[in-house]
Amino acid sequence: MAEVLLFNALRAAIDEEMAHDDTVFVLGEDVGHYGGSYKVTKGLYEKYGDLRILDTPIAENSFTGMAVGAAMTGLRPIIEGMNMGFLLLAFNQISNNAGMLRYTSGGNFRIPLVIRGPGGVGRQLGAEHSQRLEAYFQAVPGLKIVACSTPYNAKGLLKSAIRDHNPVLFFEHVLLYNLKADLPEEEYLLPLDKAEVVREGKDVTILTYSRMRHHVTQALKPLTEEGYDPEVIDLISLKPLDFDTIGASICKTHRVIIVEECMKTGGIGAELVASINDRYFDELDAPVVRMSSQDIPTPYNGRLENLTIVQPQQIVEAVKEMLALQV
Amino acid sequence: MVQERILPTFQADSSTITRQEGLQLYKDMVLGRLFEDKCAEMYYRGKMFGFVHLYNGQEAVSTGVIKAMRPGEDFVCSTYRDHVHALSSGVPAREVMAELFGKSTGCSKGRGGSMHLFSAEHNLLGGFAFVAEGIPIATGAAFQTKYRREVLGDQTADQVTACFIGDGATNNGQFFECLNMAVLWKLPILFVVENNKWAIGMAHQRATSQPEIYRKASVFGMPGFEVDGMDVLAVRTVAQQAVARARAGEGPTLIEALTYRFRGHSLADPDELRSKSEKEEWLTRDPIKKLAAYLSEQDLVGQDELKDIQQQTQSLINEAVQFAQESPEPDPQELRRFIFAEDE
Repeated sequence: MAEVLLFNALRAAIDEEMAHDDTVFVLGEDVGHYGGSYKVTKGLYEKYGDLRILDTPIAENSFTGMAVGAAMTGLRPIIEGMNMGFLLLAFNQISNNAGMLRYTSGGNFRIPLVIRGPGGVGRQLGAEHSQRLEAYFQAVPGLKIVACSTPYNAKGLLKSAIRDHNPVLFFEHVLLYNLKADLPEEEYLLPLDKAEVVREGKDVTILTYSRMRHHVTQALKPLTEEGYDPEVIDLISLKPLDFDTIGASICKTHRVIIVEECMKTGGIGAELVASINDRYFDELDAPVVRMSSQDIPTPYNGRLENLTIVQPQQIVEAVKEMLALQV
Repeated sequence: MVQERILPTFQADSSTITRQEGLQLYKDMVLGRLFEDKCAEMYYRGKMFGFVHLYNGQEAVSTGVIKAMRPGEDFVCSTYRDHVHALSSGVPAREVMAELFGKSTGCSKGRGGSMHLFSAEHNLLGGFAFVAEGIPIATGAAFQTKYRREVLGDQTADQVTACFIGDGATNNGQFFECLNMAVLWKLPILFVVENNKWAIGMAHQRATSQPEIYRKASVFGMPGFEVDGMDVLAVRTVAQQAVARARAGEGPTLIEALTYRFRGHSLADPDELRSKSEKEEWLTRDPIKKLAAYLSEQDLVGQDELKDIQQQTQSLINEAVQFAQESPEPDPQELRRFIFAEDE
């Protein structure tokens, strides 16, 4: 099996689903002739033509609403956010119409829609291109929110998102597009609502997603060498959260560290802490620790940028500190 | 006071419509008017809540455009002033009234309310409460028709979408963005601006640098027409031409219908800014009276018949109220139903 880069895994998912269902189409800025800013749709315009790989004007709110209208009337659009931050300009359509319209209409319409693209903090892209909108959008009812993190899950999750009958916000990470992995030759789909147990362990549950999964993985090496045995869970589904998997792990380890890239205030971790307290307070042997990005606009300077997000060494220290208090 | 725009004139002769068409238009307009009058009554009697925006005075636009389309096949996209667009689209009055009463038998199952009327069965795409947000939705429905025809090879896909908006929406980016895309892709859509001169309390000429909205079409290479929005035959004639263009694959049309709302912005609006003389002047142009006069002059319909229609329509609306009153509230057990597609 050949190694596949993450962005090519995404392209394969889109290609397969477009071949599987001719109501599936892609729209967004530079998805067609240019092949997508991160080349996720490269070559698809030549294969599927102008209408199925639709280059749009730079009008995020309008082309997002247009996709909602197309979804209401029977098509299955995939919106590419050239950068997910640009979708702030489409907040109204994503919230009012993608998220809420089905409910507001009393079930008259369904909205099979995928909104995908690169999010997260890249390398010195400046504040506007370094956003983590998953936290902003998590309060919108009716949306599913998914974050992929490996070539394998990127492909299987995106295929499922395209087949889902609901609007799915699908977050890729700008720094993970060049990850490589062997992928199965045969078709596979992954469930949108299941977290992935990355490593089984018994000492502490580390909940993470997207690029921070890889920071956690880097932290594992020194930790396991010193005999620590953390369990690592990639949330995958940021909404709804998979409390079957999360809960089973908490009941085993009784300790939780959250490692996330979104900002601390009102973040995914904030929601996790609140929900864990609601559901598993009696299981906890220690307060949940939340490691998040700083509550600041992401600075351009590389050193400051590194200080903004959680680094692997901080994860190592946090695990040691939590387990040093072990009773 | 600002100089009133001179309404474009339209000479309807005896060949403009048949007796059957005349009756259809008249019935639809009377339905819209009497329905809204009943809404005002029910609102003040505490039977419906929230923001309720009535359509009185603008009936010629809804009727003139939607009755020039194919009901149930073509798409209609409305605003928060949507009751009458829903009725013209064929949504039964009882379902609209029940929705306004918040009942489970309403067209949006009591989840939507006055500003969120939907009916998939009647291709009514909504009911959009924020100004201009329906424009992209309508554009998407029109894109879907083109896609169905050109990508899926469905030769029966010739549906047209009518996107209704007010004058206030034409200063919003979504208006310009969607006009651009609609021309770019030659989408089968009518952008119907109901210019009633006031965006709540913002007079149109205070909000826009070019008050003649139909002229904005030319920038996009789109045909734009102004029409007397108090004359259903004029609106219908312009709409028929635009529908024919759209169906033939020739692209979108912008129609600016000059009209007026006979009531405040909503039932909560004290309506203090519009002058008495302005209101009185527009009241003399009542579109229902105008059509009635035409039908009589042309000997198409007798006065007694028109009276009968009024009475029958009133009965229909009274039945709708009774239906709404007797209908059950949504089941509290179903509070979360309809969030996701699996909750059918």
